[in-house]
Amino acid sequence: MLRWLIGGGREPPGLAEKSPLQSIGEEQTQNPYTELLVLKAHRDIVRFLVRLDDYRFASAGDDGVVVVWSAQTGEKLLELSGHTQKITAVTTFPSLEPGEEQRRLLLTASADRAVVVWDSGTGRQVQRLSCFQSTVKCLTVLQRLDVWLSGGDDLCVWSRKLDLLCKTDHLSDTGISALVEIPQNCVVAAVGRELIIFRLVAPPEGALEWDIVEAKRLLGHQDHILSLVNVNDVSLVSGSHVGELMVWGVLDWTLKAAECNFWDPSLQLDAQQEIKLCQKPNDISIHHVTCDEENVFAAVGRGLYVYNLQMKRLTACQRAAHDSSVLHVAKLPNRQLISCSEDGSVRIWELRENQQAAAEPVPTGFFNMWGFGRVNKQASQPARKQEVATSCSLELIGDLIGHSSSVEMVLYFEEHGLATCSADHLIILWKHGARESERRSLRLFQKLEEQGACAAPSPPGPCAVLA
Amino acid sequence: MIGAPDVVAYTKEDEYEEEPYNEPALPEEYSVPLYPFASQEAHPWSKLSGAKFSRDFILISEFSEQVGPQPLLTIPNDAKVFGTFDLNYFSLRIMSVDYQASFVGHPPGSAYPKLNFVEDSKVVLGDSKEGAFAYVHHLTLYDLEARGFVRPFCMAYISADQHKIMQQFQELSAEFSRASECLKTGNRKAFAGELEKKLKDLDYTRTVLHTETEIQKKANDKGFYSSQAIEKANELASVEKSIIEHQDLLKQIRSYPHRKLKGSELCSGEMEHGQEEAERAPATSHPDDEPAHADPCTCRPTYTPKLIKAKSTKCFDKKLKTLEELCDTEYFTQTLAQLSHIEHMFRGDLCYLLTSQIDRALRRQQRMTNFLFEDLVEDADRATEHPGRMRSQTSHDRPPSRSLEECLIPKVLVSGSSYKSSVESVPIKMEQELREDGDKEAGSFDRQENLDYLDMDMKGSVSSGESIEVLGTEKSACVLAKSDSQASLTAPLSPQVVRSKAVSHRTISEDSIEVLSTCPSEALIPDDFKASYPSAINEEEAYADGEGAIHFHASLSPLGLPEAEEGGLAAGTAAQVDPSCCIGKESSAQLLPLPAAAHALSAEDGVVSIPPQRCRQKEQGFHVDFATDNTDPSPRDNSCEGFPVYELDPSHLLASRDTSKTSLDSCSDTHSYVGSIASTGSDRTPTSAHPAGPSSERHKKKAGQNALKFIRQYPFAHPAIYSLLSGRTLVVLGEDESIVRKLVTALSIFVPNYSRCAKPVKHWVSSPLHIVDFQKWKLIGLQRVASPASAGTLHALSRYSRYTSILDLDNKTLRCPLYRGALVPRLADHRTQIKRGSTYSLHVQSMLTQLCSKAFLYTFCHHLHLPAHDQETRELVASRRLGFLQLNLGLVNEDVRVVQYLAELLKLHYLREAPGAGPPPLRFDYVPSFLYKI
Repeated sequence: MLRWLIGGGREPPGLAEKSPLQSIGEEQTQNPYTELLVLKAHRDIVRFLVRLDDYRFASAGDDGVVVVWSAQTGEKLLELSGHTQKITAVTTFPSLEPGEEQRRLLLTASADRAVVVWDSGTGRQVQRLSCFQSTVKCLTVLQRLDVWLSGGDDLCVWSRKLDLLCKTDHLSDTGISALVEIPQNCVVAAVGRELIIFRLVAPPEGALEWDIVEAKRLLGHQDHILSLVNVNDVSLVSGSHVGELMVWGVLDWTLKAAECNFWDPSLQLDAQQEIKLCQKPNDISIHHVTCDEENVFAAVGRGLYVYNLQMKRLTACQRAAHDSSVLHVAKLPNRQLISCSEDGSVRIWELRENQQAAAEPVPTGFFNMWGFGRVNKQASQPARKQEVATSCSLELIGDLIGHSSSVEMVLYFEEHGLATCSADHLIILWKHGARESERRSLRLFQKLEEQGACAAPSPPGPCAVLA
Repeated sequence: MIGAPDVVAYTKEDEYEEEPYNEPALPEEYSVPLYPFASQEAHPWSKLSGAKFSRDFILISEFSEQVGPQPLLTIPNDAKVFGTFDLNYFSLRIMSVDYQASFVGHPPGSAYPKLNFVEDSKVVLGDSKEGAFAYVHHLTLYDLEARGFVRPFCMAYISADQHKIMQQFQELSAEFSRASECLKTGNRKAFAGELEKKLKDLDYTRTVLHTETEIQKKANDKGFYSSQAIEKANELASVEKSIIEHQDLLKQIRSYPHRKLKGSELCSGEMEHGQEEAERAPATSHPDDEPAHADPCTCRPTYTPKLIKAKSTKCFDKKLKTLEELCDTEYFTQTLAQLSHIEHMFRGDLCYLLTSQIDRALRRQQRMTNFLFEDLVEDADRATEHPGRMRSQTSHDRPPSRSLEECLIPKVLVSGSSYKSSVESVPIKMEQELREDGDKEAGSFDRQENLDYLDMDMKGSVSSGESIEVLGTEKSACVLAKSDSQASLTAPLSPQVVRSKAVSHRTISEDSIEVLSTCPSEALIPDDFKASYPSAINEEEAYADGEGAIHFHASLSPLGLPEAEEGGLAAGTAAQVDPSCCIGKESSAQLLPLPAAAHALSAEDGVVSIPPQRCRQKEQGFHVDFATDNTDPSPRDNSCEGFPVYELDPSHLLASRDTSKTSLDSCSDTHSYVGSIASTGSDRTPTSAHPAGPSSERHKKKAGQNALKFIRQYPFAHPAIYSLLSGRTLVVLGEDESIVRKLVTALSIFVPNYSRCAKPVKHWVSSPLHIVDFQKWKLIGLQRVASPASAGTLHALSRYSRYTSILDLDNKTLRCPLYRGALVPRLADHRTQIKRGSTYSLHVQSMLTQLCSKAFLYTFCHHLHLPAHDQETRELVASRRLGFLQLNLGLVNEDVRVVQYLAELLKLHYLREAPGAGPPPLRFDYVPSFLYKI
């Protein structure tokens, strides 16, 4: 469509021949998001979206400002400013009292080496911690113990009242890139190529001495671990910069399975331009991993991969899901998946059972890739892969175009649709158009009723027309 | 990829710029010879009907007891307006018809002179010699010095179009009554003051006389009275009598019946005010106008009584009070303001007036949906909601205000006269439906029509002009009493009659034989063409009027226009209320006989280019009249409801009207105006530069014209308009800013508003578009740059192609979704015979109003959106909704989306709590787009 605009028969370079990027066209019958609201408050890249409750979410980004939004109307509820530099981590601290949803605390860490605790109901700054030696890159809350942890160059444990309970030694200059809670009062921190398991020792009754001890270091990744996710308290999935996806048991802290390389050597034979692209590590780095009960969804380079935990193998893939790196993946109900990418697009996928998978050419290529991987530690895997066909496929059912720059994160609100944030400083709220329309009608009649109750004659009753 | 389009309707830009239709010139034999008496200022067409004035004006005349009927002033006070029109002669005419003027004097049974509170009389009068028709409003003012204490005045609304006068009679009557009431209130106040002064004079005189008598008595104690003493005594007696008489008069004037004021609440305040003033001893006195009675009194605070000479001579050399003195300056200026308001209000031809009246009144019934397409809503609101504000702007009270509700509703309900005329136009077919009230008219009609022919064709050259038609007084206004004395004035004419009349008017105004011989074309031109003449002319006249320029070429254009324009016109005249729609019930009840009339009529107008819709009853009733009443030009700012500020300031009243006019003229001079308003100027709000009324009207006209042109020029206008109506942003891409701006302005008439604020239209953007722009703007003019920078722009455009339709002006392509509905073809028929911008914009308005009412119905239908019972699924409700749209509202294919979009806007608007909550969500559909080329 660019062509006719530019005119003169000049072909736009690149796009068409670059890759077999799946495109869906304009007719997207399964895409329910037919309404969007552009939310504008940030002045720099928006990197984080965090859900506060059923109808509110907070956004934070490089401008150091946290904004609380209504997911329903897109209204800006609060603007929290207190950080002087970009925000590096956001998490929420659930209120102890069940009735106090509004008083949920919001924790933000920033490059200004401070962590601020906000009251998300009022926007008040509850407390500010500026005693960090390094930038806090991740925050996690252990609700069971009522503590939270901050991970920078070291790992600190804080009480709800913001007392420093204990901290580890200096771990690494690169710092902790990811932090995940696992059972038995343990946390897993991704430090460089290693996963370090720390055990928190809560004090006995009456005592105050907390302690945090290193329990185990899990080695295996060849490169920096970028993503870490806890799957159903049984396994832990980590993904690295060079495309190694490893599944660890969280109880025995051992490697359960690994998909080591998403690089596709088979394509080298084709001598296509694409291979050069593929060889860049960035194209196989695992930026984000999410999961549901049975599957792990990994954003690998520009592609999307579905790894089945039971079968311990990849069941579906979409190697060219986007034009450039996929930054975030989120799971929707109905076996749907949403991915957002550096190219500014958001795509909705559906995981479909595919019985005749073996006959299809795409999975074949996919197996080849696994069969002749560059680094192949798990010798048993390729053989098995070649035997069994993938049973699923990822079908594109819609794309959401709105951002003009890379989409950093997507947040799914059941009732209120999706929120996406992007480097173009915008947040877009994608709404289910038909549902919104119905909702508005309902509100309209409610309002009419309210008004009718007090003053005006009842709303015009055109119902008679149909009768 | 894109070849140059084979067919380009408009290759030249300047052609696009300027007057849209330069259709081929007339064949030689059809061409009308130039007006033989072409004067420098008037163009020939203005003389068509024989009128010697270029547009309607208001004349105030007085029957002076000294010099007889004389014109006092005209509104507008501009010699150009009435031109060579003989005001003196016409004053004589209009002053000679005051049947009711009853004089104060000594009634037979009464000892004292009695003041008669005379009802104003209202008369319609025609003068075929002058080509003028007038609504004449007679009133009498009291003047202590005048004969019988009264001074007869009249205000006349003079127009070349008798139908306009007839059909607007009630409105004219109402408006002039206000003006008259204002004058009379001021006059009563002044009169009471004058009486008080006179009483003081008399009192003083009496005292003086009394003392003199006493002195004489004392000086002369012979026991008998000298003749001098007797004279003094007589004088004293007559002074006593005079005092009693004047006291009585004062009592009468103060006890002016309040019932008269009940009807016009506007004056009651003034009245009280006036009475208060009157009861206080009036502080102001009228200098040097009482030479006979008292010396000019210059002392302000207290009035020094003067001695009244015994014989007050009512000689003819005394100077009568001026109207301003008679009425108190304050009231006088208010009256002038009211009159100039009237002049503004009734500008334009009848068709236009009626249509906009109906339109406004219907819009009033569509409060909920008005904001969608109406940009004048605010004006109306302002006028109705903030009279206080307007008042505060002026140092004086606002002149008698015509609140909209008051005068509009009766207008729509087809005032007696207009209704009747529509009946009379179709005598035979109407009979069965209108027997009860139509019999009489129908019976008399034929005769009258014949008379008409006779009158016009036979007597035309005789130029009788001696006919007077009394329409009615205040009480009988509705009854349209028809006198047979002048049939030509009363009988509204069928098209043919008017045609012949238009011709005969020409012959009247000129030397008949000569004109007939120099004008063979009249005979050659087929009827249809003849019919089109006046309209074409009027259009141009309107331009000339508004812009000080005359476009002769364009005035020839309507040659190809058969009567079908009337069809289009009819379609455009009134908002259409769907029969299935229960909104307009109140009005349709009153209009009950009209649908029948409409059906009868629709058989008649065979040339209607737009197929009759089932929901077009109302305007059909007006159809014939609209088509024929084209005799008067200048459809302008009667939509301007409030007084422009400059007019509200009484001190500037007369002067500034002229200056404002000239400023308007200068800025709107001919072609440069076209460029400025429609291209560069249109982005800034038109109100900034000009008074709101006229320019927005003109703006509308321009937009309508350009929209029409767009529709004709581009075969893919329909999908483009559909995009706008369904809320898909239309990007107009082009290199030339003025062309883009112009088209954007034109297309903006199709853009629904979010709320009452400005339309979501961005006239000119040169930076790449973002998603926010599509949420905010629904129509964008985008610059195509040749530089590499444009790549970003184009890339953004292609990226967001899902949200936009793209109209490429340079390549003449349109990329947008398919449209297969039935709505837009009706709205924008490229074969439409509508040629005038204002007509077309009215047509669009009516179609959109209809659309709005559908959207309203859809939005507020309870059962369409809520499940009827608990078990009902969402899908069931949705299917019911769709069924309603398709079956009940008769929407086809994509039309559904239009109504759905409007419904969403309605909901959002209604639900919006805070007014400034930003644009509504961007709604879009996942539908494929297609590329259209010419």
